[in-house]
Amino acid sequence: MSARDAILSRLRANRPAGDFPLPEVPAFAPLVGDDLVAEFTERLAKMGGRVEAAGGPADPFAPVRHRLNGAAVIASAVPELSGNRDLATVRKPGDLADVDVAVVRARFGVAETGSVLFTEGDLIVNSVAYLAQHLIVLLDPADLVVNIQAAYRRPEFGQAAYAVLHTGPSATADIEGVLIHGAQGVRSLTVLLLPRGVLPRGAQEA
Amino acid sequence: MSADDLTPRQTEDVLHREVRAPSDESERGPGGERLQHAEAASKPIRADAPREPQPRGAKVRGNRPIDQAEAAERFLAAPLHQKAHDERLWDVRRKRDVAAHGIPEWEELRELASQIKTHTLTHLDHYLEQFEAAAKANGVHVHWAEDGAAHNRIVLDILKKHGAKSLVKSKSMLTEECGFRHFMAANDIAVIETDLGERIQQLDEEEPSHVVMPAVHKTRLDVAEVFARTLGTDPDNDDAHYLAESQRETTRPLILQADAGLTGCNFAIAETGTVVTCTNEGNADLSGNVPPLQIHSIGIEKLIPKVEHLGVFIRLLSRSALGSPITQYTSHFRGPRAGTEMHMVLVDNGRSERLAMEEFWTSLKCIRCGACMNTCPVYRRSGGLSYGATYSGPIGLIIDPTFNKRKYSTLPFSSTMNGSCTNVCPVKINIHEQIFAWRKVLAEEHRIPLLKQGMMKAAGAVLSRPAAYRAAIQTADSALRVLPRFAVYNPANTWGKKREMPHAPRQSFHAWYRQNRMKKETDA
Repeated sequence: MSARDAILSRLRANRPAGDFPLPEVPAFAPLVGDDLVAEFTERLAKMGGRVEAAGGPADPFAPVRHRLNGAAVIASAVPELSGNRDLATVRKPGDLADVDVAVVRARFGVAETGSVLFTEGDLIVNSVAYLAQHLIVLLDPADLVVNIQAAYRRPEFGQAAYAVLHTGPSATADIEGVLIHGAQGVRSLTVLLLPRGVLPRGAQEA
Repeated sequence: MSADDLTPRQTEDVLHREVRAPSDESERGPGGERLQHAEAASKPIRADAPREPQPRGAKVRGNRPIDQAEAAERFLAAPLHQKAHDERLWDVRRKRDVAAHGIPEWEELRELASQIKTHTLTHLDHYLEQFEAAAKANGVHVHWAEDGAAHNRIVLDILKKHGAKSLVKSKSMLTEECGFRHFMAANDIAVIETDLGERIQQLDEEEPSHVVMPAVHKTRLDVAEVFARTLGTDPDNDDAHYLAESQRETTRPLILQADAGLTGCNFAIAETGTVVTCTNEGNADLSGNVPPLQIHSIGIEKLIPKVEHLGVFIRLLSRSALGSPITQYTSHFRGPRAGTEMHMVLVDNGRSERLAMEEFWTSLKCIRCGACMNTCPVYRRSGGLSYGATYSGPIGLIIDPTFNKRKYSTLPFSSTMNGSCTNVCPVKINIHEQIFAWRKVLAEEHRIPLLKQGMMKAAGAVLSRPAAYRAAIQTADSALRVLPRFAVYNPANTWGKKREMPHAPRQSFHAWYRQNRMKKETDA
């Protein structure tokens, strides 16, 4: 008998007596107020992330410009910003180890937890969201869902090969409870609230 | 039953003044406020000089019964370690309470989680078949392993087929259970742990002492010593940032060069064939997304039916574990990256047999949050390594004997039967009742005479709180028959020696819990 059949037949033979129906999960009342942006901002801050409003039409990236200016290698997965490392031509994921700043767009955000979701389509190369030193995330405020329950009703989880919720940067407190950002992945995560389809003038021309 | 004697006063900020840190290195938020997410302590804790050698774990001698009390004695004999450990875990437990009280439907979520798990476990054949079909449709290679040895062989075969010689992995209790690292070392495969705590333990050639915080029994001085010896860091620099950064810098090249990556699994979703991991460091995502070959090891009890059920479990897991609303990363691996292979190994290793154990099968509901460990007065005062087993603390007491009834025959006695573990369990496992049921089983099977040394050392001593113990065992005829022997020889006294009696609460745990829950419901 194969291991598969042996395991399955033991599970059938050893099934505990009794009726154990699958419960209906009710829709719980959201724990956040109506201002989802404010809730999202507050909760992400507690998880070590930052939220910035986009700059004016001339430079929507103004609030994170200092980070971009200080970066030698910028990998952008968004049309709003052109970096200097083309994600579409990356040969292997490890080649992104020298990226200073990655710029990606979140599929949606979760107000209750301050989380943002990416799929493999949003990241182009999954590893960029972990190997980069810093992550800048574009989020359309219209893409905020109220809580985790609502997030798990989204179709991405049944469609994407890879879907990941980021809630702040990489963190550890494995040494005496001292909180440290950048344990293995990004050292910082900044969300820039920028609606979809708003291209800066330069990008639009290009 | 009451936990009167075991819950330090809620209002008291510090258990042990000796480990109060004078300065604070933790990260701060935009407004300068002290951040407390992930497994961060809510206040600085520091086991300072003079350097105290780290107490080591239980002496494991083949199949002979573990002498947990002996190892606990040595932990207690290292007061800085013991106090820092106690302080740290009690802090995490308190953070858990705050997080739980922030959700009006907390008790309803626990009940739902318990019912979803119970349903899945009693229909596990069906859900495993569904999971397998979905994973295969996603282009995943699915393997089945009857035990740990089979799991290791399957993974080795996959690696050999790809010519892989090195593997980076994230923390996985299942692979600890399987003795994965030791097996791979014997087969010339370099295995690199990528979770900081787990990496510390690997470099020190120690097992993890806690399911969520593998190196929580170590002080920064211990870590500085390990890293100086293995990574070449400055032995006199015990700054936590320096140590963590040193680990990042030395591990990253190994991640980039690795031939394969492996993760464990927090939840496996039957309807979509998805493996879900919950981590704070992002190391599971590095392990899954950087190397050209991707493997996920899954204990078969990790199945849940649908994606929507994550809406229950994700809300419970990190709050129960660390008091954090969610882990930094909640990752859903469903299909291979273009041009690479994804393998999933479904591992039984005694789980299907445990399902037949009428009194113990519900321990399979466990989601490995560690809340029962953090709240346990025995665990906090003796350290996870004193159990000499993969799973320590209250959940270990009821799982370990299912793996080896002789070796772990003493563990169910490492409890004061206060029931706090059951009260904090997010999936409502009746842990303390199962601990007691194991004592009955072991007594009836005459395992008790095998206990020696550790228990005998405690002979003649009395339980520090006999009332709580009596209340716990007021039923069960067979138990009463053997009670006098346990009461006399119970090693629990070992931990009572250093118990902080002044912390006895003014009200019972249940009274406190009721009061706080009711207050929260009024607030909501």
